[in-house]
Amino acid sequence: MTAIVNPSAEPVRGWRRILVLGVLALGAVVVLGRAFQLQIVERDFLIKEGDKRHIRTVEIPAHRGAIVDRRGEPLALSAPVETIWVVPSALLGSPGHVSAVAKLLGRRSSEFERYLKARQNRSFVYVSDPLSPGEAKRILSLGAPGVFSEPSYARYYPAGEVTSQLVGFCGRDGNGLEGIERAQESVLAGHVGERRVIRDRAGRVVEDNLEYQEAQPGGDVELTIDLRIQYLAYRELKDAVARNDARGGMIVVADTATGEVLAIAAQPGFNPNNLKERVSRGTRNRAVVDAFEPGSTVKPLLIAQALELGIFQPSSQIDTTPGTFKVGALTVRDVHPQGVIDLTHLLSKSSNVGAAKVGMTLGAESVWAGYQRFGFGEPVYTGFPGEASPVLRNYADWGQIATATASYGYGFSLTALHLVRAYAALANDGLMPQIRLVRGGQALPPQRAVSASTARAVRQMLEAVVAPDGTARRAAVPGYRVAGKTGTVRKIADTGGYDRKRHQAIFIGMLPAQRPRLVGLVIIDEPKAEAYYGGLVAAPVFSKVMQGAARLLQIAPDDGDQRPGPVREQTVALPGTGVDRGRRS
Amino acid sequence: MRRGQLLLPLMLAVAVFASALVVVRTKHENRALVGELDGLRAEHERLQMEWAQLQLEEATLAHNNRVEKIAREQLGMVEPDDYVIVDAQP
Repeated sequence: MTAIVNPSAEPVRGWRRILVLGVLALGAVVVLGRAFQLQIVERDFLIKEGDKRHIRTVEIPAHRGAIVDRRGEPLALSAPVETIWVVPSALLGSPGHVSAVAKLLGRRSSEFERYLKARQNRSFVYVSDPLSPGEAKRILSLGAPGVFSEPSYARYYPAGEVTSQLVGFCGRDGNGLEGIERAQESVLAGHVGERRVIRDRAGRVVEDNLEYQEAQPGGDVELTIDLRIQYLAYRELKDAVARNDARGGMIVVADTATGEVLAIAAQPGFNPNNLKERVSRGTRNRAVVDAFEPGSTVKPLLIAQALELGIFQPSSQIDTTPGTFKVGALTVRDVHPQGVIDLTHLLSKSSNVGAAKVGMTLGAESVWAGYQRFGFGEPVYTGFPGEASPVLRNYADWGQIATATASYGYGFSLTALHLVRAYAALANDGLMPQIRLVRGGQALPPQRAVSASTARAVRQMLEAVVAPDGTARRAAVPGYRVAGKTGTVRKIADTGGYDRKRHQAIFIGMLPAQRPRLVGLVIIDEPKAEAYYGGLVAAPVFSKVMQGAARLLQIAPDDGDQRPGPVREQTVALPGTGVDRGRRS
Repeated sequence: MRRGQLLLPLMLAVAVFASALVVVRTKHENRALVGELDGLRAEHERLQMEWAQLQLEEATLAHNNRVEKIAREQLGMVEPDDYVIVDAQP
């Protein structure tokens, strides 16, 4: 049997085996090498590129908080806006659209075209102010080439100029620049959050728990003002400033018990929604940042100190004849000589001679201590930016003349809020509250300025000021007993000394006089129409504002049946005026 | 004995396969929910914007200046003062 040669059984030649193994080894090296290159050499680059294609960082928006009044009415709000921008060369390529866009933007199309042509080389030009989303949508829906919108947030002030100086305003980047916007920046500002997500090809988020940084929206700030009273106060103040041809004015209404300011306004004003007006002098909140000499309005505080020390009694008689009083080189004068008067008369006729004599009897230290009691030596601490500090020199620096002038309110300065705080103490039976502009937080407990009996006695005297023969009968509010005091302060002249022609007309008062709920201050700066006395210029504003405020806050009248009213048959209560009015008719 | 030995790996293989299907399904559901969440977030954002706009609109319409003007000029209203004397003629 010949052996059949089986070709497959032939021994494999050695080189073939080596070749196959070699090829396989080469393949393995190539694969491993490529893997090495991708996994180790180019790893970072590839991960970055991959992430770039589907991992996105998404911003979580955080809005700035709103500012609201005590009843929740918005005074400052962030709302979305859109700003239109264009690529000039793209838009110019389609002339029909240029005029359509110009029309919606409220610009003349020839002017708009020139505007674009001048900027043809740029690839990004803003062509509108921030618009509401609706308006922006109308422009975008034209489908014009190269027209886009950029969304952002803008700050709106719905109450406009009525609350402008108090609320302040924000800059372009949304930071508070003035007023409460600045003071409460840390509360109002929101912190934008961030999250990293994976998006699929259609842009949908498919995974979002990669990294997460929480957004912190800004908190709301609640102010103590009541927008209804604020509006009323602003309207009357603006009216009075215009009528008296005055340089400016301010008004403050506060709650006597809590020290919460219900209205605070100044003239001239400005509209915070109009960027151009933000540089005017109207942006200053005069009632907080301006200090002035208080004049006769401090006489009741001097009398309170005199009563408190027991040196004078309400019935004490003071001889003011002949209407002048010499203290060293100074001659104190009364406009009308008053003769021998008691303390009530001193206040109701605002006798400078009487006040100076009371002050000289008390002595410098006691007068100074009295003003200190009413907080004239310390700031009001409202937290409002730029709050003015009072200037009250130490009594050790006072001479005879300084003591006399301080007795009727010259030689030291304070802000409107100081006066309001001091009168709130008189109104609140001697307890002086902390003046507050922002609600929430812990209020400091009130300080005792004078005893309750002294405060009541002074209040009773102050009712005479508003009586028909007092200096401020125009401050009377129908149905309420009002206690208050006028002041007509000469302003310091540029040349030194006091200007005879430039005055500040002041009225400060409270109601209802028996248990006051509200204290109000009106200052008209340099009235130039004929009258300049506080009782003629400022008192009517006080009357109108307080009447409205008392009605809005439903403060019960305390005037009983003392007022001579028309007989019943002739009176008709307006519908919806409430029970109080019917009772008195 | 032999059959029992084969059954266990077979059952495990089926279980692995089933579990793999569940993973796929869960993953899909997860993505769908994430997508929904994202949509709702956008909706929330949009509604907040709308709320701010509506508040603004309300405040503008209810501005005291405007209310006063309409009350006085169109509706002939006056502030309730203390007393009003009307003519009692028939």
